[in-house]
Amino acid sequence: MKTATKLWLALGALIVLSPAGLILPERFKSGSAWGEWGADEMERLVGYVPQGLKRLSEAWNAPMPDYALKGCQGKGLAHLSLAYILSAMAGVILIVLVVWLLGKILVKKSE
Amino acid sequence: MHIPDGYLGPATSGFFCLLMLPLWAAAARIVKKTLKARQVPLLAIGAAFSFVIMMFNVPIPGGSTGHAVGGVLVAILLGPWAAMIAITVALAVQALLFGDGGVTAIGANCFNMAVILPFVGYGVYRLVGAGASQDSRRRVVAAFVAGYVGINAAALLAGVEFGLQPLLHHTADGQALYCPYGLKVAVTAMVGEHVLVFGWVEAVVTAMVFKYLQRQAPELLGQDVRA
Repeated sequence: MKTATKLWLALGALIVLSPAGLILPERFKSGSAWGEWGADEMERLVGYVPQGLKRLSEAWNAPMPDYALKGCQGKGLAHLSLAYILSAMAGVILIVLVVWLLGKILVKKSE
Repeated sequence: MHIPDGYLGPATSGFFCLLMLPLWAAAARIVKKTLKARQVPLLAIGAAFSFVIMMFNVPIPGGSTGHAVGGVLVAILLGPWAAMIAITVALAVQALLFGDGGVTAIGANCFNMAVILPFVGYGVYRLVGAGASQDSRRRVVAAFVAGYVGINAAALLAGVEFGLQPLLHHTADGQALYCPYGLKVAVTAMVGEHVLVFGWVEAVVTAMVFKYLQRQAPELLGQDVRA
């Protein structure tokens, strides 16, 4: 098998396994990453939501927030895992397209 | 380590966005000079690998979570300037599509994870691996140490960026406007968890993939893109 094929397959395997990054923190009752709390968590931590933080935290409305599908909050772990895999696939496809495009622009013509 | 929107004040966000512009331009110039057409798929795989590896959140039981970035590996394979481009693309997609890392904080996040992490990691790799052949054991050790030091350097910087906010921006009665934690708490938390846990994850990922490539695809090693 060609090396590139092997690497793409490995990437595919990582995508399928990615829900581990969702399920393990849940199992071990881990919270958010440090400094990545939502407004309500912030209120619990320091007793108030900093004004600028509240204002800026809505600066951008991501189409697939937290690698989940919109309108599916509160669904079970199986559902979230599937959304996580779909997110990984969507992200990888978009990234490969962008890098391919950058490659078209950047790469030397003479080869 | 993905600083969300609202944690950095406009001064810090603006500073890092402005700082990134010449760095991105330099990366484009250097990569244009040196990247070959056959290396583009590897660059794409590198960017995608970094993106997916960041989805593997590693829990500290009862505490926070964190993850590897995979960027040091990309820097070792293709050089730090190409890694900067690959990680920038991954971070941009994370911010825009998934709200992971702020859109206003993209400059700071790119400086931490797409500049400091690959450049420090690459420097350490060159230093520790100096004089050793591509298939040597010392190169694996170099990749391991590079992953560990690279991600910790980025975490330290993120901690400083967080920690400066209460000094820079607060209301008259002392409430923070953005990140409420000062330098001592922020740097201790960011560096502490990466020194103790997530740094080792980056180190193991970097060394394991490097060792695999040594055996399975040695032609991929030693073709980094440099000026």
